[in-house]
Amino acid sequence: MSEERAMTLSMTSSPHIRFPETTSRIMWTVFFCLIPSGIVSVYVFGLSTLWIIITAVLGAVATEYGCGLMAGGKNTISDGSAALTGLLLAYNLPPQAPLWMVFIGAFIAIVFSKVLFGGLGFNIFNPALIGRVFLMASFPVLMTRWPAPFRVDAVTAATPLAVFKDSFQGTNVLSQADIINYSYRDLFLGFRGGCIGEGCVAALLLGAVYLLIRGYISWQIPVSFIGTVAVFSWLFSGKDGIAGGDFILHILSGGLVLGAFYMATDYVTSPITKTGQLIFGFGCGLITGVIRLWGGYPEGVSYSILLMNILVPLLDKFIVPRRFGELK
Amino acid sequence: MNGLNAAMKTFPGGKHIEGHKQLTRNEPICAMPLPAQVIIPLSQHTGSICEPLVKKGDKVKAGTKIGQGNGVVSSTVHASVSGTVNNISDYNHPVLGSCPAVIIDSDGKDENDAQVKERSGIAELSKEELLAIIKDSGIVGLGGAAFPTQVKLNPPRPVDTLIINGVECEPYLTCDFRLMLERTNELLQGIQLIQKIVNVQKVFIGIEEDKQEAVLQLRNRIMEKKRRFEVVALKAKYPQGAEKQLIKAVVGREVPPGKLPFDVGVIVVNVGTAVAVYEAVCLGKPLYERIVTVTGRIVKKPANLKVRLGTRFSDIIAFCEGTKEPLGKIIMGGPMMGLAQFTDDVPVIKGTSGILMLAKDEIKDFTETPCIRCGRCVNVCPVRMLPYALSLCVESKSFEQALQYNPRDCMECGACAYVCPAKRRIVESIRLIKAVVK
Ligand code: SF4
Ligand code: SF4
Repeated sequence: MSEERAMTLSMTSSPHIRFPETTSRIMWTVFFCLIPSGIVSVYVFGLSTLWIIITAVLGAVATEYGCGLMAGGKNTISDGSAALTGLLLAYNLPPQAPLWMVFIGAFIAIVFSKVLFGGLGFNIFNPALIGRVFLMASFPVLMTRWPAPFRVDAVTAATPLAVFKDSFQGTNVLSQADIINYSYRDLFLGFRGGCIGEGCVAALLLGAVYLLIRGYISWQIPVSFIGTVAVFSWLFSGKDGIAGGDFILHILSGGLVLGAFYMATDYVTSPITKTGQLIFGFGCGLITGVIRLWGGYPEGVSYSILLMNILVPLLDKFIVPRRFGELK
Repeated sequence: MNGLNAAMKTFPGGKHIEGHKQLTRNEPICAMPLPAQVIIPLSQHTGSICEPLVKKGDKVKAGTKIGQGNGVVSSTVHASVSGTVNNISDYNHPVLGSCPAVIIDSDGKDENDAQVKERSGIAELSKEELLAIIKDSGIVGLGGAAFPTQVKLNPPRPVDTLIINGVECEPYLTCDFRLMLERTNELLQGIQLIQKIVNVQKVFIGIEEDKQEAVLQLRNRIMEKKRRFEVVALKAKYPQGAEKQLIKAVVGREVPPGKLPFDVGVIVVNVGTAVAVYEAVCLGKPLYERIVTVTGRIVKKPANLKVRLGTRFSDIIAFCEGTKEPLGKIIMGGPMMGLAQFTDDVPVIKGTSGILMLAKDEIKDFTETPCIRCGRCVNVCPVRMLPYALSLCVESKSFEQALQYNPRDCMECGACAYVCPAKRRIVESIRLIKAVVK
């Protein structure tokens, strides 16, 4: 037989075909599913939000690129994960965050929660949330300045959750001018104060449904997360004792929808089995509820996810599928 | 998914894989002309290698026994053409790389050995006599594993169920499908013989629902012949044809790790093997030919060929008029579990269910990227392992640590690597672990 022909045959081992799906396609799909929410945000809060988004994305990508160069030329930016981290960070910032602060957040997110852990796949904490929490700790004032919707002149207004908390805890520190009464419709459409990307529940759900249909995310985490928050707030956030709380307010406000569908579902930092994911979502919901009702901050989604991130290695160690053929 | 699909029997896990079966599913089985020379490896089965019974220069005919193995787990090999033994020497082997083989020059007359003749009084044959015929005819599992059939049909403990495997879940392959359509009566007779040997009441024939014609035809023929075999249509999902998954789908039993089907009272036999049993017992014909699906997008004339064992791949490829584009890869078997060949100068053996040819652009080197812990491999693994964890163990060279993830449960079906978006070579990693950690 012809020797040349024999020489050219590939000898890689089975399986010889692969499903046409790649990490970068998944990451970029999630990225694009988040875009509508950003557009609404620009519409509600003005062009400054667009610059924040661009700075965060480019900042994260540039940092990842730089780290790759220093680590010996490994270029990992095309996998889309850095861009996604940047976008999610932007969505967790207030609409008038100064751009230098945005860049610092992006830098911290990539270096301290990803690169130092060994890169994509090895990080324990959600990078975007690390960036946000760092900024919260370092620049608390800048991180909690909330402009009112459609007021480019930057009149500040309390977020719906801050208003809720003020009256729930009876602190009454908010001045009457700060308080805007939003309808459910306003909340659903994102016409309210808050972080850039978290407001428009409608847009976020649109993308989330697509991701669910494509199988890019599974329902376990979002459903258990949001469900727990709903039950918890219905039980305990009522005016008079147990039950009757405004759980719809709690679902539509803050970063719950963004967090439950787009951040708690991050593959790397969430449990790998479906059962683990249910527990993870439940834990996130519980912590969010506790912080929102009795904690020091009006919002608890970011902290809840970061806290549950710590438990993921443990969940993955102990919650494993039953071995095939082993007795139940 | 429609309602019918949801109710369809199957196993948990696995994944529907694009079948590419349309390339050959409507190609009737066609007998390939005799090759000028055949190479009959003395090992084509699980178990001890055969001793040659002929020497250089001997005359043989199709069906002449030319090699016999010692020991319980072994088989026999036969000449597949009439002619002269040219040599007995090491030759390329599609599984083993190289193996002693009997090389026979065909005389073109295609005469049968005197032993090859119809048998009478089959109904009177005892179980032991039937098993002896099967062993003497060199029958092994034709689904790919090539386990000696007489051993399989004689389990150390009684079983209550026989499952005939017509699933053919590997993409591209259609030889079992054509066999079920074209040789239905022989298949049913073969099944009846096997039923008699293993002495069971319950007989199921498992077929994936995308092979509707085969399901219907078998059901009709079984009715006509008043047999009590039940045809079970299974969801088309890979690896539905793996023994343990088939048993789970059909009778709901799980074979424990490290155990065999008979441990849960089941024996699984491939459809091709059942037809071979019929031919051996009723026609006195040893296993010296089989049906091979020759396929691939680039193959000029894809086909289901009846081929004499020992025929070179190169002869078969030439008969199918070669390829439209330069060859990137030749695979014996299907794309999920088949073996890449380093040359086309290898013979067809008993386990050769297909010859798949892929173009260069179909085997683009899939570069491995970091595991993103997406869980796809975990969800798809039919034996519920944690493939990603094993892959990471190899990456960090912690082989001992890998043992806690039961690497030996893996049947190397490839479903995990197939779905992995990071293109991780999970199966390779698991093979490595199995080899390193004894
Ligand atoms: S499918 Fe691939 S990327 Fe996903 S968890 Fe498994 S090994 Fe990791
Ligand atoms: S190759 Fe092994 S680990 Fe991968 S899916 Fe198949 S049985 Fe599971």
